[in-house]
Amino acid sequence: MHRGLVADLKLTVDTSTSDERAAVDAVISPDDHAVIHETERLVRGGTERRRDRRHLLLPGLHALQATAGWISPGGMNYLCAALQVPPAEAFGVASFYELFRTDDPGHDQSVHHVCMDTSCHIAGAEEFAQQLESEGKQVHRGPCLGQCERAPARFVQGRNEPDHVPADVPDELFVLPQRAADPDVELRLLQRLGVVDPTSLSSYREHGGYVALARAVEIGPQAVIDAVRAAGLSGRGGAAFPTAIKWQGVADEQGRPKHVIANADESEPGTFKDRHLMEHDPFSLIEGLTLAGLATGAENGWIYIRGEYPLATRRLANAIEQCRTAGLLGADVLGSGHRFDIELRRGAGAYICGEETALMESMAGFRGEPRNKPPFPSTHGLFGEPTAVNNPETLLNALVIVEHGPESFRRVGTEQSPGTRLFCLSGHVATPGVYEVPMGTTLGAVIDLAGGATGTTRAILMGGAAGSFIGADQLDMPLTQGDTRERGTTLGSGVITLFDDSVDFTSLVLRIAEFFKGESCGQCVPCRVGVVRQHEVLVEMSANGGALRNDRNTLIDDMAVAMADASICGLGHTASGAVQSAIRLGLIGSAT
Amino acid sequence: MTKTDDHAETVTQVTVTIDGTDVTVDDGDTILDACNAHGVDTPTICYAENLTPVNVCRVCVVEVEGNRTLVPSCSRPVEEGMEIQTDSERVRHSRKMVLEFLGSGVDLSQATEINEYSARYGADLSRYGDDRQVIDEPILIQDELYIRDYDKCVLCYQCVSACGDDAQHTFAISVAGRGFDNRISTEFDAALPDSACVYCGNCVAVCPTGALQFKSEFDLRQADNWREEDQTVTTTVCSYCGVGCNLELHVQDNEIVKVTSPVDHSVTHGNLCIKGRFGYTYVGN
Ligand SMILES: Cc1cc2nc3c(=O)[nH]c(=O)nc-3n(C[C@H](O)[C@H](O)[C@H](O)COP(=O)(O)O)c2cc1C
Ligand code: SF4
Ligand code: SF4
Ligand code: SF4
Ligand code: FES
Repeated sequence: MHRGLVADLKLTVDTSTSDERAAVDAVISPDDHAVIHETERLVRGGTERRRDRRHLLLPGLHALQATAGWISPGGMNYLCAALQVPPAEAFGVASFYELFRTDDPGHDQSVHHVCMDTSCHIAGAEEFAQQLESEGKQVHRGPCLGQCERAPARFVQGRNEPDHVPADVPDELFVLPQRAADPDVELRLLQRLGVVDPTSLSSYREHGGYVALARAVEIGPQAVIDAVRAAGLSGRGGAAFPTAIKWQGVADEQGRPKHVIANADESEPGTFKDRHLMEHDPFSLIEGLTLAGLATGAENGWIYIRGEYPLATRRLANAIEQCRTAGLLGADVLGSGHRFDIELRRGAGAYICGEETALMESMAGFRGEPRNKPPFPSTHGLFGEPTAVNNPETLLNALVIVEHGPESFRRVGTEQSPGTRLFCLSGHVATPGVYEVPMGTTLGAVIDLAGGATGTTRAILMGGAAGSFIGADQLDMPLTQGDTRERGTTLGSGVITLFDDSVDFTSLVLRIAEFFKGESCGQCVPCRVGVVRQHEVLVEMSANGGALRNDRNTLIDDMAVAMADASICGLGHTASGAVQSAIRLGLIGSAT
Repeated sequence: MTKTDDHAETVTQVTVTIDGTDVTVDDGDTILDACNAHGVDTPTICYAENLTPVNVCRVCVVEVEGNRTLVPSCSRPVEEGMEIQTDSERVRHSRKMVLEFLGSGVDLSQATEINEYSARYGADLSRYGDDRQVIDEPILIQDELYIRDYDKCVLCYQCVSACGDDAQHTFAISVAGRGFDNRISTEFDAALPDSACVYCGNCVAVCPTGALQFKSEFDLRQADNWREEDQTVTTTVCSYCGVGCNLELHVQDNEIVKVTSPVDHSVTHGNLCIKGRFGYTYVGN
């Protein structure tokens, strides 16, 4: 339709189907087109507008994939013409993501994604995948789906049906295990889960929703940041960076558009807490992000949610709509005079897009490749503009702080690690699920809360694939940043996965190595090649009956040092941690 | 504060220490600039003078006091008082591993400079298993002008930058795929003549490994008759249009075998168009 009008965009001869055009048109309105044809062209065209609209590439690719089951050359041409994106670049983007295919699948069935990682690995994921195959289903074996509490997990990428998770029961009231065990338990972050109606703003308000934001409007942006600083809040997404410093950095930037982003990409194997928050208390994330916008002076809010979370996506979309209608988003939030709105963006299957700079690249319509830092997002974030990226759990903590004050916040937890923390328990534990405990609670106490270990615990994976294994002798470890670091491990994103003595650790650790191999973006040499060579050493070890030769152990260490030292981002930095800790603990490496 | 010669504007200077010695450079310079100014020979693969640094190969990493990890010297700007180590055990180790990693998966037979680095840092490929994964792609010969042999590709992104934002603005090629499967590609691997490529050859000119090669050079190499030592280079100004691009004609046995342009030439910065780059083939034929 637009071919030939723009001299410098050359498309192949492939043409789109009417379905593909309709799908693209549904997400990219004519007004969003990079070049407005006819009379407006001179006013609205040009490279600026191209850059402006490129963030619609990912939604456009989603639309094409859902319609045709793949990104066809013709469909992509149509999208590229609308957004004025060179097709080679769009192909580079499409081929980056697990949920997009760039070859014809040759069938029109839904695809069943089965998680192969940690908790699912030991819960019979492979058998589950084979069973689905024997039923004639299209199966894709892939990375963690964030449903570790109900392993083995599955996500259905729909064809002629919506994307869905068969285990989701949207109409049943959710029962929080922690409350089931103790109806009187006092919770902060999980207080509304299983209590509030996640589809209703009025229910949210009846349960204390928007009290914190009203308070924030009353005390003003700087007082909000000061309260967060006084509370000593640090990020819950893994890096534990002080939230107030991040917010102050963005607040101090003047004169350019600013952004706040909720990082709901949650893809670290073993992590499923953000999904719980978003499915069962979605309005709180909207309120939390609005608070961040108010504090930093950002008018643009974004939620980047992983593509495998259809229920949470639906509930957030519904929540955003209701908040807009109620004037809680829009030109004048809560009568504060502050403009703030939120766009919801779906990822497309890429662990690396949880890394904040990769996330911003992905959202802007580029390959999810992390940037070298500095410069930092607070000055050069989304579209090169000042940006604060936060984990949903961090944002919910900020609401608690503003509503009840920093002193109250600090009443639980430790001096260095104040407040509560969400932990994701799965694997060989009686009642897998999300648990909220004061920082500094011991590992053993949290496991007890989840009904205790089943079987004899041989090892516990802390922090997920990017974390490390520890032995069952560490149950007395207080769960704080400092204590875990002291013992050579990490809290990471709150992952606690238990493995009993029946587990084949060679096969488990091999799978962790495979995870990194599959998820490295491939941008930098140490990680792109290192994760492949590391995997090869473990394959060889496995073929040798599990014995790791000395020179192989040295090679693993040599590679680990280079990956940790010279890689661009945290994925490469942590890609050897679990492997090395498994060797250290004797879980793998000695012949059986 | 000093005056620079070419701009006659004031530029702040900063002082850093490199391996214990004070070095004063312009604010905004990179650590690599400082190393060069100080005569510290630093290996680089993905860096090119005429392209924006992408800092992906990581062979140029150095140790900077106060940084948890090593930092890429090619892109990190200097800061007052930075203490930089360019030859510590940590630095040597990572450089060696990067070179081993590249050599273990890519055909570096024509990457002269990288091979020199590998020798310097003692890269040892013998410790990688024989059945390791390597890049294994067919050579793409889709026209008479240049060939693509991605077995030799180190994914330095230079061709992509040259084709895109940094020079040509054609965006005919991109990195596609993920992880070890990353490849330089047109949309859906379309043949070059069907893609947006305008055959400027700027990608070929920046490729450090011979993955992209002028067909004339490729044919001579195939015939085992590529003799760089016998070649003469004549500099001339391109006569196709009035822009005034400098051309370097590489001549072997009285035939032009390749055309380049100096990277430091103020008009081209090393880039040309199809007429300057390949015009000789029409003349010759
Ligand atoms: C490979 C990788 C994956 C990550 N995935 C996530 C994620 O899924 N969610 C998240 O909040 N942070 C993730 N992070 C951390 C983010 O980069 C960032 O630090 C965080 O979102 C900041 O929010 P916070 O300060 O509230 O923790 C990841 C980091 C890396 C290196
Ligand atoms: S460390 Fe790995 S994931 Fe991160 S930029 Fe490098 S290749 Fe990509
Ligand atoms: S020859 Fe020019 S247009 Fe073609 S791919 Fe190379 S840089 Fe791009
Ligand atoms: S083809 Fe050459 S220039 Fe392009 S990425 Fe590969 S090695 Fe670099
Ligand atoms: S030359 Fe600096 S990272 Fe490649």
